[in-house]
Amino acid sequence: MMRKTLRIFGLVLVLALVAAACSSSSEETTTTAAGGIDESTTTTAAPAAMTDEVEVFSWWTGGGEAAGLDAMIVVFNKMYPNIEFVNSAVAGGAGTNARAVLASRLQANDPPDSWQGHAGQELIGTYVAADQIEPLNFLYDEQGWLEVMPETLIPLISKDGNIYSVPVNIHRSNVLWANPTVLADAGVEIPTTLDEFFTVMDTLKAGGMEAPLAMGEQWTTMHLFESIMLASMGPDGWQGLWDGTVAWDSPEVTKGLEDFAKVLTYTNSDASALAWQDAGQLVLDGSAAFNIMGDWQEGFFRELGKAPQTDYVWAATPGTDGNFMFLSDSFVLAKNAPHRDGAIAWLTTAGSLEGQDAFNPVKGSIPARSDADRSLYGEYLLSAMDDWASNRVVGSLTHGVVANDSWKSEIDTAIGLFLIDGDVAGFQAALVAAAEESG
Amino acid sequence: MTTVTPDTDVRADPPPPKRKRFKMENWWGVLWVLPSILAVMVFVYGFIIWTARVSVSAWKGLTPDYTYVGAQNFVNLASDKRFHIDVTNTIIFTLVFVLGCLLIGLGLAILLDKGIRAEGFYRSLFLFPMAISFIVTGVVWRWLMNPAQGDRLSGLNLLFHNLHLDFLVNSWYATPTWGIAAVAIGAVWQMSGYTMALYLAGLRAVPEALREAARVDGATEFQLYRRVIMPLLWPVTLAAVIILGHSSLKVFDLIIAMVGKQIALDVPSIYMWTTTFDGFFFGRGAAIGMVLLVSVAVLVIPYLWYSLRQESEG
Repeated sequence: MMRKTLRIFGLVLVLALVAAACSSSSEETTTTAAGGIDESTTTTAAPAAMTDEVEVFSWWTGGGEAAGLDAMIVVFNKMYPNIEFVNSAVAGGAGTNARAVLASRLQANDPPDSWQGHAGQELIGTYVAADQIEPLNFLYDEQGWLEVMPETLIPLISKDGNIYSVPVNIHRSNVLWANPTVLADAGVEIPTTLDEFFTVMDTLKAGGMEAPLAMGEQWTTMHLFESIMLASMGPDGWQGLWDGTVAWDSPEVTKGLEDFAKVLTYTNSDASALAWQDAGQLVLDGSAAFNIMGDWQEGFFRELGKAPQTDYVWAATPGTDGNFMFLSDSFVLAKNAPHRDGAIAWLTTAGSLEGQDAFNPVKGSIPARSDADRSLYGEYLLSAMDDWASNRVVGSLTHGVVANDSWKSEIDTAIGLFLIDGDVAGFQAALVAAAEESG
Repeated sequence: MTTVTPDTDVRADPPPPKRKRFKMENWWGVLWVLPSILAVMVFVYGFIIWTARVSVSAWKGLTPDYTYVGAQNFVNLASDKRFHIDVTNTIIFTLVFVLGCLLIGLGLAILLDKGIRAEGFYRSLFLFPMAISFIVTGVVWRWLMNPAQGDRLSGLNLLFHNLHLDFLVNSWYATPTWGIAAVAIGAVWQMSGYTMALYLAGLRAVPEALREAARVDGATEFQLYRRVIMPLLWPVTLAAVIILGHSSLKVFDLIIAMVGKQIALDVPSIYMWTTTFDGFFFGRGAAIGMVLLVSVAVLVIPYLWYSLRQESEG
């Protein structure tokens, strides 16, 4: 009797394990159905003959991003009423989960028709290197996008003359956020050069402010790094680091690293414990005067009900005026896409004026096109749009434009080690090694 | 151990029928565990072998590259500054975590063993942290040990300040080199109740007669614990060290939740994760994985061997 019970119990256990093993793989795909569409139904129900749909993969599942995507889907449905939009968004971790899911789908030769990626080398280094996406020059020519997107942007999202993605939004990385009350009380102006920046922060320190520049956890240090290097080396120097025309062991780099080391002396000691929002909060509270962060910081300030000019002001990072360090979410065309026509239709929407004007006001970013409807955007975004149309465009490191993932992760390690030992020479040696190995 | 293999029936006299039935049962048993044996073979041992293969390859990037590079990845790790920090951090973490849990666990167990009132209540109270995931513990201790100074004091630092114990105010996990010890405090809080439970069971197993005999022989209470009870608790201590030690070697979630990814508080498992999945250095990630596997094995295998021997003797 006892044996029999055990046997049954064992059977149940085995079945449960088998069921769990099977379901855990399908679980991932069902959670992807943020738009309410279960992916598994589409893969089984749609044989290759059916072309009137498009599966788009992204990590926009919450907040302004998901709302922006929904707004763009509305435009898509209006432009292409016969094509069904399949939203395969994967939640979690700023895209890290999504990228893992995407990587396994690509290895299994089951690509979505189009997916999201940071424009630039992050995307090119990963997917072009593995021959998984198609060049889009024909679409740029056909749609006339080369006329409405900044000339300096195109090389940054291309490789060997081939453009590989359609940017839907533009964020700016080199923005200095400041508390106007703190500046007025100390009798200082927003600095425009690195030297002025140091002088102003010295004044604030002398006035009793412990750390005039608010910084957060390690990736925000890399974010600060790219701004300061751009300020110190100028746009040609910065871009030269990535196309190989400027050597990492050159004296310009040493100077930039020394400037960066000096900037770090003005930052808060508890940086490692703070998220970027916390660092922004320090500026709002007046505990710090400045924060260098991308323009999503403005979205956070607005969420808190703060008003531009009275509660916060902004400028380009000191020494980088006239340069727009950008990052962008973009969409690609999969090689052997199951629904190639659908994917091209989606990319057309993503690059269209209507699509970009639907997405960006909701997401809190500016369109990649310079002919957008200005009435839709707030005060900060309008100033960013003006700069986007007139400035020299350079690429962000932290957000995947100028370096591939391997290179970026080696630089991240080098920055982390530098935060510990403060050794500029060692830092530069590590950066040289990173460039040799992964550049 | 009486393992019966099917083709050993070469004995002259026929086997007793009872034995035959047992054999059948045995096959049923093998059949039932077969799926899980297969799963373990593939998903544990198969992947260990595969990881070992990757760890001696030049694989970097999304496309697999099995070019054999010998021990290059391991040699690189040996001179990798970040890995040095990882090893130092792991050692500090393990020492603070294991010693902290053992001392606090033993102390609590002895106090509870003294027959206090509402023992069950305290026992559950000390055990409860174990029911929480390391992620929750990490978030809570991240706030408690907020390292902000000056007028932004908060958490424990603010408590110390308000109690006029300002000399205790410190930067916790933002402390250079020793920051990881602060992270270990969170882990000690979580796991010392578990250690207490282990010790309490051990204490309960010490025969009352032994204690009385020692007391009759004139042993002081301290001598009683030092000379009689602690030696009897040795197997418990060993088991606790193994369990706590191997979990501290692979700690990941607690650190991610408490301090995020930062080099100052990096450990091998986090390095393995970021270098593999953020940087696509699969060869290096696999090499770190193998180092972790070996270090856990060094800790666990002697213990398994010891306890299996104990079992077969007992």
